[in-house]
Amino acid sequence: MDRTYALFLGCTIPARARNYEQSVRAVAARLGITLVEVPEFACCGFPIAAADHRVSEALAARNLSIAEERGLPICSLCSSCTSSLTEVSRHLEEDPAELEEINKRLARIGRRYRGPVRVRHFVRILWEEVGLDRIREAVTRPLTGLRLAAHYGCHFIKPSWVYEGFDSVEDPRTLDDLIRASGATAVDYTRKKQCCGGSVLVADERTAMEIARDKLVELKSLQADALVVVCPFCGVMFDSQQKKIEKTFEETFDLPVLYMTQVLGLAMGMGEKELGLGTHAVKTKAVMEKIEGAKGAA
Amino acid sequence: MREGPCDEVLDEATLDPTLAQEVAREPGGEGIRRCFACGTCTAGCPVRRFNANFNPRRIIRMVLLGLREQVLKEPFVWLCATCFTCQERCPQGVMISDLMRAIKNMAVRQGNMPEGIPLQVNLLKEKGTLYPLDEFDNKKRAKSGLPAMPGSHDDVGPLLGELAGLESKGKAGE
Repeated sequence: MDRTYALFLGCTIPARARNYEQSVRAVAARLGITLVEVPEFACCGFPIAAADHRVSEALAARNLSIAEERGLPICSLCSSCTSSLTEVSRHLEEDPAELEEINKRLARIGRRYRGPVRVRHFVRILWEEVGLDRIREAVTRPLTGLRLAAHYGCHFIKPSWVYEGFDSVEDPRTLDDLIRASGATAVDYTRKKQCCGGSVLVADERTAMEIARDKLVELKSLQADALVVVCPFCGVMFDSQQKKIEKTFEETFDLPVLYMTQVLGLAMGMGEKELGLGTHAVKTKAVMEKIEGAKGAA
Repeated sequence: MREGPCDEVLDEATLDPTLAQEVAREPGGEGIRRCFACGTCTAGCPVRRFNANFNPRRIIRMVLLGLREQVLKEPFVWLCATCFTCQERCPQGVMISDLMRAIKNMAVRQGNMPEGIPLQVNLLKEKGTLYPLDEFDNKKRAKSGLPAMPGSHDDVGPLLGELAGLESKGKAGE
């Protein structure tokens, strides 16, 4: 299968999650996935769905039409971008009247969309198309002894109707499987499926922080070495906001937050710099020491 | 939204039966009448656990009863995290997350929304992205070994025409 995708970065990643982008590019290159730069891609539409559903669909369709023009499926890295683009691709495939309405709007900017365009989150591609066997083969430095907790977030697997049920909503395994493929231990925990709270920031910061804190409290009690995410919103909520959450609730968590691709990159022997590990708000030093310590002991 | 027993009796004359019809015509609102108020949505809601002002079952009931003012003016609907937990579990197949979005869309048309919404819309109109990149950002990207990206996109604005002149009355979400 030809693994060439139009790379959809969205708004947040290029500005606020460069470490995620770095690690995705490094892991893609290692596993033979070609990610094509598409400078014309803009907002996925997700942020303004709350303001106007159809305008949001038009924004998503603009991006879909750009990928269609290039004859490429889309690989996205943000879970919310993935859900927005996938849902609109599915919706416009199933509803010709809606497609016509959206095309009327796209005509304003000289675009037309026929569809469907296939949209996949990078981590879904790793799990579904590259497969665990090939990933295990690429591991040169198993992260033995490292206790990692998967955070699925909301839009990586939901709404399930747009994702063909590639993972179970109530008992997800994709990220746990990938963590185990890296040689690390996947920590099981009760709040695994719980939202990061990030989407509530716009309406009520305190509630958003309480939701995130709840997960951090459980993971601290389970002595997890890091939380593993696949979405920059979750990354921002747990990593960039962690200090603020600690201050607000007068607690210390000091829980490093890694992107799934950084974990896999580490297991493939890649360096800290290549994976952007020096740029996290919560320092990742303890994780590195544990990995290097295990290597030294072996 | 008040919790617990309430001694106020709803005055039938103030109920607006057209509200439910209106919500049902919005994309995502279609299935609202299938709700049989089991409360599965509220039981699993991560927001509800920390903020009693958000209660999806109650919001659906308020729409069905026709409490137009409260539903479209009070800020509680904006607390929905769009996490889809309720939507995935609803035994009646009500697309609850989409329904909350439909209610938000209706509130926005009346100018009721958190202040962040018009800010985002205006940024997208002007730049086509929520995080416009400048030269400094691209220098940082280059330092991380990442390719330069355009700072903005001028063909996104025309797609936001329907949201022209969007302004928050500064009520909802505060």
